[in-house]
Amino acid sequence: MTGENWSLRESSTFDRNSIDYIRNAAATGLYRIRGFGAKRRVPNFDDLLMKGASMSRYPLEGYRERCGTDVVLGARHASKPVKLKIPVTIAGMSFGSLSANAKEALGRGASEAGTSTTTGDGGMTGEEREHSKTLVYQYLPSRYGMNPDDLRRADAIEVVVGQGAKPGGGGMLLGQKITSRVAEMRCLPEGIDQRSACRHPDWTGPDDLAIKILELREITGWEKPIYVKCGAARPYYDTALSIKAGADVVVIDGMQGGTAATQEVFIEHVGQPTLVAVKEAVQALCDFGMHRKVQLVVGGGIRSGADVAKALALGADAVSIGTAALVAIGDQDPALDDEYRKLGSAPGFWEDYQDGSDPAGITTQDPELSSRLDPILAGRKLANYLRVLAMEAQTLARACGKSHVHNLEPDDMVALTVEAAAMAGVPLAGTNWIPGKEAG
Amino acid sequence: MNSANSNAVRIDLGRHSLRDANASLQGRNGSGESGYFRVVNPGGAHAIACGLDAPVEVDIMGHAGYFCAGMNKLARIRVAGNAGQGIAENMMSGLVRVEGDVSQCAGATAHGGLLVVGGNAAARCGISLKGGDIVVKGNVGHMSMFMAQAGRLVVLGDAGDSLGDSIYEARIYVRGGIGTLGADCVEKPVESIHLAELRKLLDQAGCEDVDAGDFRRFGSGRNLYNFKAENLDDY
Repeated sequence: MTGENWSLRESSTFDRNSIDYIRNAAATGLYRIRGFGAKRRVPNFDDLLMKGASMSRYPLEGYRERCGTDVVLGARHASKPVKLKIPVTIAGMSFGSLSANAKEALGRGASEAGTSTTTGDGGMTGEEREHSKTLVYQYLPSRYGMNPDDLRRADAIEVVVGQGAKPGGGGMLLGQKITSRVAEMRCLPEGIDQRSACRHPDWTGPDDLAIKILELREITGWEKPIYVKCGAARPYYDTALSIKAGADVVVIDGMQGGTAATQEVFIEHVGQPTLVAVKEAVQALCDFGMHRKVQLVVGGGIRSGADVAKALALGADAVSIGTAALVAIGDQDPALDDEYRKLGSAPGFWEDYQDGSDPAGITTQDPELSSRLDPILAGRKLANYLRVLAMEAQTLARACGKSHVHNLEPDDMVALTVEAAAMAGVPLAGTNWIPGKEAG
Repeated sequence: MNSANSNAVRIDLGRHSLRDANASLQGRNGSGESGYFRVVNPGGAHAIACGLDAPVEVDIMGHAGYFCAGMNKLARIRVAGNAGQGIAENMMSGLVRVEGDVSQCAGATAHGGLLVVGGNAAARCGISLKGGDIVVKGNVGHMSMFMAQAGRLVVLGDAGDSLGDSIYEARIYVRGGIGTLGADCVEKPVESIHLAELRKLLDQAGCEDVDAGDFRRFGSGRNLYNFKAENLDDY
């Protein structure tokens, strides 16, 4: 390095982001609340590769030999389990954080592709129920908009203990998104910052949860699958306790999972990567003899059919997508470049879901902005995207010689890094070494 | 509520499963034509009479466990004993009356209806209340009405610590002493409109002989409605 460049040398510790953070905290006295999800890099599905097939395994013919993608969720106790054509579900996102048009688009797209969508904090809207063939009703700590009629109108019930972006944290919907309709659904005054509790109001711990699940089943006639969703805090134990409490389906959300509004410090520093979440959850299911009896849905940073296939190969029954679904319906659209730049951002970078100023009309309650999103067109885009995910997962499964995506297995993969090998529990490529696992 | 109605359908939880009992109470097996039910030998079972959605009357002749009368709509339910955690949680309408004491989280998140507790209620009574009403003839435990959004709690006895912590637009009336008030819960003047609603609630709860003028009123200071760093000590 020449002498004149020393004054422009960036610190690895106090880099530009760190200095911006300190300056902003000093200027405002506020921590940052934002949407989207973790932006730091953590070991993920890109650090795994599928092996494919050659002499030792025989591949299936693409486009000719059948490779199933269907999945049944919740047959453990429910008389009407959820049956999906593809193993990719839409994660819970609330009306309030999302516009009514966005919720409608998610319902239309998911229904067209043969999968489910999920409500969120704030309750079920009529539009959402109307346009979602299979709708999972979230039962959340806040109980905003919670009522037994909607519980009975749902196809499944998801007891939310936590989410990947903030395991251990409650929610926050800032006042600018609390319109009269949102306020009415949540029994709150307009314009206030709405807090969503981090713990359920009437039960604590797995023993109570077992009784809560009993109540939900009694109210709905034992028809509907009960999911339990946890953020990836301690996935092994959280899964084990969910099974013990009587869950039909366990949903585990890795730290790459998205959020409408959460503290930056929470998004980037709490929770475990999705790779860890899958491995530990599957281990718990296997240890208790419940793998494939209690289904596992994994979310958090799923983007492609490769991610889907790898999650299933690790033992998940299905995945859920949130952020990717929003991108599919129009979030981060380059056509809105000028508008993102007016907000100090750019397509591909925008993260202020909490702000209500979304130029794509998705994470907003502003009538003018919301009207920009055509729910029919957006729904078609989502259906297209979901089909691509399913076809890509099928392609990889056929390449590994599997006649159903659920036949994928850890042995179909290798890890590119020591970290991913340890987290996912698959061997480092070129070795039989899984860090943390004793050679047997 | 006519607990001795001779037309009552008798459900013996010592002989029938909870599932069958609730199916009868919910009218799912066609046995609820009379509209009167008498549940005997409840034995502290959980989730008794939950999810009712019709103007039926139910007498539970003994102690009930968790989530009794959960999510009730329209029904009038009496527990001739004590009740466990989450009695009448998320009630939408109707009347739930417990003659004895109740455990924690009584009436949690109730959107409507009236819960009357003859004895004491443990911690977190009325937590996250969303429009329902609760009258407790004895005392209530700590953190009662935590984050309560709408509705009313009337306490004829004493209230424990951190009453009304982070309360929104719900209202609390207490006749006895207060441990401490929670964050952003403040005492407010009792005006004629409050005396009138209190009188009505007391009468509905069977407390006609109680003077509404003996109560103090508590509600939100509305200082925590929007996040401000200067309120750090309250968070």
